[in-house]
Amino acid sequence: MKHHINFSVNGDDYSLAVDPWRTLNELLREDLNLTGTKLGCGTGDCGACTVMVDGRTVSSCLTLAVSVNGKSVTTVEGLAPSGEELHPIQESFIKTGAIQCGFCTAGMEMSALHLLNNNPEPTEKEIRAGLSGNLCRCTGYNQIVEAISVAAEQIRDSEHEKEER
Amino acid sequence: MRLPKFEYFEPKTLEAALNLLTQNGNNAHLLAGGTDVLVKMRNGRLKPEAVIGLQGIEDLNGIHFDSGKGLAIGATAKLAEVASNPDVLKHYPALAFAAGVMANVQVRNMGTIAGNLCNAAPSAENAPPLMAMGAEVALANLQGDRRIALHQFFRGPGLTAMEHGEIMTAILVPFPVPKSGASYKRVSARCGVDIAAVCVSAWVALDGEVCKDVRIVLGAVAPTPMRAVGAESFMREQTWTQELIETAAAQAVQESKPISDVRASADYRKKMVAVLTLRALEQAYERAIKN
Ligand SMILES: Cc1cc2nc3c(=O)[nH]c(=O)nc-3n(C[C@H](O)[C@H](O)[C@H](O)COP(=O)(O)OP(=O)(O)OC[C@H]3O[C@@H](n4cnc5c(N)ncnc54)[C@H](O)[C@@H]3O)c2cc1C
Ligand code: FES
Ligand code: FES
Repeated sequence: MKHHINFSVNGDDYSLAVDPWRTLNELLREDLNLTGTKLGCGTGDCGACTVMVDGRTVSSCLTLAVSVNGKSVTTVEGLAPSGEELHPIQESFIKTGAIQCGFCTAGMEMSALHLLNNNPEPTEKEIRAGLSGNLCRCTGYNQIVEAISVAAEQIRDSEHEKEER
Repeated sequence: MRLPKFEYFEPKTLEAALNLLTQNGNNAHLLAGGTDVLVKMRNGRLKPEAVIGLQGIEDLNGIHFDSGKGLAIGATAKLAEVASNPDVLKHYPALAFAAGVMANVQVRNMGTIAGNLCNAAPSAENAPPLMAMGAEVALANLQGDRRIALHQFFRGPGLTAMEHGEIMTAILVPFPVPKSGASYKRVSARCGVDIAAVCVSAWVALDGEVCKDVRIVLGAVAPTPMRAVGAESFMREQTWTQELIETAAAQAVQESKPISDVRASADYRKKMVAVLTLRALEQAYERAIKN
């Protein structure tokens, strides 16, 4: 039996019927066409499918679509809603060479967002711990760690500017 | 790679969940964070016809602390919530550490302590600190409630003292007695991310320099998390010395029954039991003298 669910993705409200055995990853990619979120292992190990549900990162491959009823989901597409101006995390991933094939990037950026929301001034060790659930087969991680510390600085600077104004 | 088909229920009360569980018999399976259940379903190791999600039951949510009663962790409290809870950090640092170091950020945002215990992996990481601190689990079925000590809960890999029709409602940890302390130590191939190859927890209660009471719990070295009771009784009522804890660590190695698997060889595990038991006792002592 399909279940009727109401939820939001990147600020847009949805109301639809889903089969209970479908995952949030399937719902996002197949029904909503939000293919920025990837599917890698399907078992919680790689982090390519990471999205935020009510402000906390989860593996969308291990989240039932029915369980987001009433909740708010953020995907990588929500980082730059205008589609023109990028989020500081995305900017710094590009600038520091933290993207090679790009398969891990959406998940990495969502984990980075979760980390910086909770800890605006992370140490290198804290950045690495924050990425413990995300695998990258290309970069060797160093550029990703650098990208996040650059992004952290930028976000802090722009917060300062806002305060001064 | 898709999940097999099933019916899904999201009861709002414990009673409704217990009714669903009883009505659906062996075809029903409970779902908390799903980080064990959904992996097993994907691998084809689990094919329930009915899945009962516990997340909507408000009474199972939350972490309550009271300096008389101690700590009560609701069955659906997330690992990340436990690890960052100020009362847990202050009074139960060994548990905060275990819940905060296991798996990875996303799994800790989804998974629960209750799920970790009910899944009953020999390596279940919250089991050693909770057993060491003398935790009990509260179980409910349609007939009523019962409480059992966590050290009587595990019966084998994937097997527990829970009967079908029962739901774990909370994990209860007593308030730490004065001059007691607990610790948790683990090793794994890739820091936190990988399931522990060996983990050890210790709890001690001191009277001056005398070890009044002690519990040593070993994980991933036997079919269930286990207490090294020989090492414990060797230490009880003895004066705390380096020699005492070294001998106790060697005794714990004798009691462990590890196997070789993809994570580590039995030989390596035995060596790590010695190292981690020593470190766990040292840290538990440090915490006890300050408490
Ligand atoms: C990538 C990854 C890494 C992991 N790393 C670790 C690790 O390092 N250490 C570790 O110990 N574990 C690890 N795990 C395993 C898992 O995340 C934990 O065991 C977790 O705590 C399970 O909690 P859950 O809420 O997700 O359980 P679920 O999957 O929802 O449930 C697990 C089992 O418990 C039962 N259950 C759940 N709640 C109740 C209840 N209230 N009453 C009765 N039965 C119940 C379910 O029916 C099921 O059989 C890892 C898993 C993944 C996917
Ligand atoms: S696809 Fe979800 S963690 Fe790998
Ligand atoms: S850039 Fe290719 S996996 Fe990370």
